[in-house]
Amino acid sequence: MSVVAKKHRIALTGNEAVAQAMRQIHPDVVAAYPITPQTEIVQIFSSFVSDGLVHTEYVPVESEHSAMSATVGAAAAGARSMTATSANGLALMWEILYIASGSRLPIVMPVVNRALSGPINIHCDHSDTMGARDSGWIHLYSENAQEAYDNMIQAVRIAEHPDVKLPVMVCMDGFIISHGMENVELLDDKVVSDFVGSYKIDHPLLDIDNPITFGPLDLQDFYFEHKRAQAEAMVRAKNVILQIGEEYAKLTGTKYELFETYRLDDAEVAIVVIGSTAGTAKVQIDKLRSQGIKAGMLKVRVFRPFPYEEIKQALSHVSAIAVLDRADSFSSIGGPLFSETRAAMYDAEKRPLITNYVYGLGGRDINLAMIEKVYQDLLEIKDTGKLKQYVNYLGVRE
Amino acid sequence: MSDNKKQVVRKDAAWHELPVGGIIPAGGTAKEFKTGDWRTIRPIHDREKCIDCMFCWAYCPDMSVIVEDGKVVGFDYDHCKGCGICAKVCPPRVSAITMVPDSEADAETKKEEEAV
Ligand code: SF4
Ligand code: SF4
Repeated sequence: MSVVAKKHRIALTGNEAVAQAMRQIHPDVVAAYPITPQTEIVQIFSSFVSDGLVHTEYVPVESEHSAMSATVGAAAAGARSMTATSANGLALMWEILYIASGSRLPIVMPVVNRALSGPINIHCDHSDTMGARDSGWIHLYSENAQEAYDNMIQAVRIAEHPDVKLPVMVCMDGFIISHGMENVELLDDKVVSDFVGSYKIDHPLLDIDNPITFGPLDLQDFYFEHKRAQAEAMVRAKNVILQIGEEYAKLTGTKYELFETYRLDDAEVAIVVIGSTAGTAKVQIDKLRSQGIKAGMLKVRVFRPFPYEEIKQALSHVSAIAVLDRADSFSSIGGPLFSETRAAMYDAEKRPLITNYVYGLGGRDINLAMIEKVYQDLLEIKDTGKLKQYVNYLGVRE
Repeated sequence: MSDNKKQVVRKDAAWHELPVGGIIPAGGTAKEFKTGDWRTIRPIHDREKCIDCMFCWAYCPDMSVIVEDGKVVGFDYDHCKGCGICAKVCPPRVSAITMVPDSEADAETKKEEEAV
């Protein structure tokens, strides 16, 4: 793996792009355990370590529970710390995910989205990170390898911002992005290291002149106050994400916001989507537009904190909306993105009709025809003013 | 330092006044936390019997055995949780520590005070 030059356009897979971002961020500690489809990230990064390209302390732990525990310990000690995982690996970290966020440690973790077992499956869906949506982590989703790379670099600044101090998951679709080769523009190493700066923690455990207690028992008299403060940090994260996005745009020319809209301004029907499917949808939207159909899209980048107010405003003029979820919440009322979007639209002056499509579970492909079908359904909903059902399963054999 | 400690653990602090992440940003703060009120039985020391072997001092999980000039002089009841380990490790032939229900010990103290 070569060291790249300033704004060098290079063909990389999503995993390679993320590993490059980690090399450039140059964390003090990485503790990780390999799992498909994330394996390459830690494999490539560990070769950067052995080749002397980074001076990171790499800890090859025996499980993801240990990976997250070691990362928490390192972050509390005062080290900029990272790990990476997928699916069942994320599930094994569960207990410590909450300890990382509750302890307000700014850990950055790429998660390569993969279906949770069982039945056992190694391909893409969002059931892993969506399950962790209430773990107190910030969730950034990526449409392609470029976004995964850019999100990684911004995530460090977001996590460590004094108003935030929360861990961040940088999510990208397993195989579709992680193993797909694309042109990616990498920044110069120095540009990245200047952008991320150095990690400063107020009370590092290793400061033996100023001893602290980390992780003490927190009972009825204080736990609630600490959780209230954590909730506020998530509220404040929204502005910080926008601010860091603007700063990053000055470097790259690409502006990252809470979500991206595509031909949405005058759209009559729109879909709300997360991840790589947005790329497919853009192609279909262009086709529909050429037929005179006013189709649009809103692609969510930041799922936690959920930008409910901004989404409400962006979708308020649309008559019929389909929310595409690559995860089922098994609530009997659709996927997690549907619940959030529908709740956001409750306060809209003119509430649009909103339906849900659960799709792509376990790596099931989604193609242009399927997205076209969604828009056809939306046009019918718009014309009749009626929803047939809240939840549809797109691409499943009926 | 102790002012700082008091501020760190101020019981009526609002959520935005607390240290971030539930840390306690000072050392030795366990002193401020009186675990003695968890106790239902308390150790009573018999100075006459005691041979100052220091077993109780070494085993006490709460550092509540008070030693002065190499001699056990009593217990720190603000922090002693009444676990009874000290009484258990005191050599059987010495048995210088007896565990007494706190209610009885309190009644005894009251009586003595009245007598005075
Ligand atoms: S009862 Fe337990 S806590 Fe109290 S002095 Fe004895 S050993 Fe220590
Ligand atoms: S263990 Fe018994 S004899 Fe030994 S120091 Fe303590 S009270 Fe005295």
